[in-house]
Amino acid sequence: MSVLDSKVPKGPLDQKWTAHKNKINLVNPANKRKIDVIVVGTGLAGGAAAASLAELGYNVKTFCYQDSPRRAHSIAAQGGINASKNYQGDGDSNYRLFYDTIKGGDYRSREANVYRLAEVSGNIIDQCVAQGVPFAREYGGQLDNRSFGGVLVSRTFYAKGQTGQQLLLGAYSAMNRQINRGKITPYNRHEMLDLVLVDGKARGIIARDLVTGAIERHSAHAVVLASGGYGNVFYLSTNAMGSNVMAAWRAHRRGAYFANPCFTQIHPTCIPVSGDHQSKLTLMSESLRNDGRIWVPTKKEDAEAIRAGKLKPTQIAEADRDYFLERRYPAFGNLVPRDVASRAAKERCDAGFGVNKTGEAVYLDFDAAIMRYGKEKALISGQKDASDSEVRVLGEEIIAAKYGNLFQMYEKIVDENPYKTPMMIYPAVHYTMGGLWVDYNLQTTIPGCFAAGEANFSDHGANRLGASALMQGLADGYFVLPSTIGNYLADDIATGTIPTDSPEFEAAEKEVMDRMAKMKAGKGLHSVDYYHKKLGKIMWNKCGMSRNEKELNEAIEEIAALRADFWENVKIPGDINTKNQELEKAGRVADFLELGELFAKDALTRNESCGGHFREEYQTPEGEALRDDENFKFVSAWEYKGAPKDAVLHKEELVYENIEVKTRSYK
Amino acid sequence: MKLTLKIWRQDNANSKGKMQTYSIEGIEGDMSFLEMLDVLNEGLINKGETPVEFDHDCREGICGSCSLQINGEPHGPDRMVTTCQLHMRSFKDGDTIVIEPFRAKAFPVIKDLIVDRSAFDRIQQSGGYVSVNTSGNTLDANAIPINKQDADSAFAAAACIGCGACVAACKNASAMLFTSAKVSQYALLPQGQVEATERVENMVRQMDLEGFGNCTNTGACEIECPKGISLENIARLNREFLSANIKG
Repeated sequence: MSVLDSKVPKGPLDQKWTAHKNKINLVNPANKRKIDVIVVGTGLAGGAAAASLAELGYNVKTFCYQDSPRRAHSIAAQGGINASKNYQGDGDSNYRLFYDTIKGGDYRSREANVYRLAEVSGNIIDQCVAQGVPFAREYGGQLDNRSFGGVLVSRTFYAKGQTGQQLLLGAYSAMNRQINRGKITPYNRHEMLDLVLVDGKARGIIARDLVTGAIERHSAHAVVLASGGYGNVFYLSTNAMGSNVMAAWRAHRRGAYFANPCFTQIHPTCIPVSGDHQSKLTLMSESLRNDGRIWVPTKKEDAEAIRAGKLKPTQIAEADRDYFLERRYPAFGNLVPRDVASRAAKERCDAGFGVNKTGEAVYLDFDAAIMRYGKEKALISGQKDASDSEVRVLGEEIIAAKYGNLFQMYEKIVDENPYKTPMMIYPAVHYTMGGLWVDYNLQTTIPGCFAAGEANFSDHGANRLGASALMQGLADGYFVLPSTIGNYLADDIATGTIPTDSPEFEAAEKEVMDRMAKMKAGKGLHSVDYYHKKLGKIMWNKCGMSRNEKELNEAIEEIAALRADFWENVKIPGDINTKNQELEKAGRVADFLELGELFAKDALTRNESCGGHFREEYQTPEGEALRDDENFKFVSAWEYKGAPKDAVLHKEELVYENIEVKTRSYK
Repeated sequence: MKLTLKIWRQDNANSKGKMQTYSIEGIEGDMSFLEMLDVLNEGLINKGETPVEFDHDCREGICGSCSLQINGEPHGPDRMVTTCQLHMRSFKDGDTIVIEPFRAKAFPVIKDLIVDRSAFDRIQQSGGYVSVNTSGNTLDANAIPINKQDADSAFAAAACIGCGACVAACKNASAMLFTSAKVSQYALLPQGQVEATERVENMVRQMDLEGFGNCTNTGACEIECPKGISLENIARLNREFLSANIKG
């Protein structure tokens, strides 16, 4: 039944990528000058791809909705980027990074892609250092590392709590070099509204200039979608306000299969929701779990007293604290993968041990780390009998040096000092492992349409490990696409410029205009946010951290009804032919209203629990996820057929030749 | 909280703008400043009026999209935060808040509170990079040892989010703090040495072309910078520029 060809090269795992690169077609430098490539999205994947393709000689056009490529949401990534450099000599290798990533993804990702990712990971660090990315260093001048969830080595490179910012500025600087040379034309404050196919190939996009409101046609020989994930389908997430699924969804409607939409990462350490006004959630980096210990009170009455404001966390004796991750998962402790940590926190809160007003928060406590670091510092600075308060001062200084900006962020939002009282955290939607289905060459099921970074589904299976998103975005952009896209474009050296006055562009533009006019013609009963918030509530309550058949069925119906209501009653003020932020939001929410339903349908179809997808019907007696490898060891790739309920499922069977598929255990 | 807002409204770059007054109720201290504006906009939309447009994206102080001159100060009264991280607990019931776009000749208004900061992009494009190919065929990362202090100082300069508060704070609308932060990042690292002369010359030339004013060392930029970018960077840029001129 499957029409999906992953195009994974034959041969031993560790030679596939090299052998593939040696065999695929190349385009000579003179011909590259005749070829145009569109890159949508300028985060790590898009920015890196645009810079690399332009450097090779292609004519690149970049599109981003922000006012500058430098503001793409990769910038908000905090903790770090993985690479199998083994600088710490702690036994790391490409194989281990590969193994950890496959296992972390709960055996739902493609072996060959993940191995390639591990293989190029070291090169990413070399590349970024050469660009002048100021990674953290040790006193000897060498690069420093720290550890992240789901692994037993220290392979994470970082720049304080702003690693994403520094890496993105690196990619942006590489773009700037090409913009200065005239090889990249940046279209900022532009949004892709549709993909244009000519003779079955992706040949351009319809975009809207968000300042003037003008609808524009842009042609190219290939289109790269690096437009990020769709976490904002939940309304509240750690994504930026503008992050959206539009580019990927428009491609899906044109024939690109959408893979594993229900694989969503709920990140355990975010600042809890404080009220109905909330517009977004803020992440507290996973790196904090290197030093922070997660707990709730052991006694329910203590939790109740804390919620009522009668007791402070610092008053709870050590014996009355339940460090539930350390208790349940002694081998990995506080550094279990994100899906495991999130579910464990939810389990405690659901059982009545939550610690803030809403009962939906657990503590992340740095007290032990402050004292440990303080003691060490006191000893090496010659204060052999420092008092506890002196030790505490020293320890706080060290914690500030490591996580200062995160602590400041927390204090500004919550109005509490996390050096003195434990942070309160709760899981929040953070990343989407699902995305456009791509083959080994990162090509979608539409020839000439490629997807990179979070926008594709390929490397993280059902759960992404920390510090792997930055790695994947840059691997796709700097090293994978520049090779694989040439193989496709080799057939286009004699094609010449793609005209934009063809019937295909005409028709796509008309569809876009009609869609906007239809939105504007709504009765005007409710704002766009009204619908977005309603959708978010359905998604969080029925498609969130745990899911069941009954609620997924309800979600499907409720989302379909909400979508009908939206198209009839949405209110868009102002003129659609000018700058209009409500219109921008409406287009994005309209797509979320379709994706949300497919998401629920995908979750309903997958009768197993794996990674971030937890179906209540499928769990062990201890409450751990119960995977079903016999029936569900495949990628779900959905074909668009009109309404989401009519989408057709295609399966890519996952083949594990180099790794033994086991039950994931972090105990 | 009940507040009076005086907000700059302007249809587009060519139209004349004006201040408009709104009253707003039910604002809580835990709301961020932008969430307060969301509440205002939801009300305006429901009343059939056009909402106030403003730039924002990550809402966690890192993307640099949000701007706003609040009661005369870029990013409002708090230090070391962007507007999106400013919370309403910094205001009190009955306050009047004046909200304007960042004002500078080089930052023309696009609509309401949104300004065009693409001049910053063009300064970066003129030389804010190391000319190294992205092929991955570079030295092993640890083959370039860097003194920790230099690496930390380079990071501190690179932490600039390009929001433009420094320009908005400066009476001359100078972009020296922004430009110097980028020049400094590379000046402090061995990777940046090869192109140091051209970089500082090109970036300063572009900065002047964009119509930013001169630096007269008043230091308002450093005080208003949400990321604490230090004035030392300006001194470093001046040094770099001088030595480039001597070499040149």
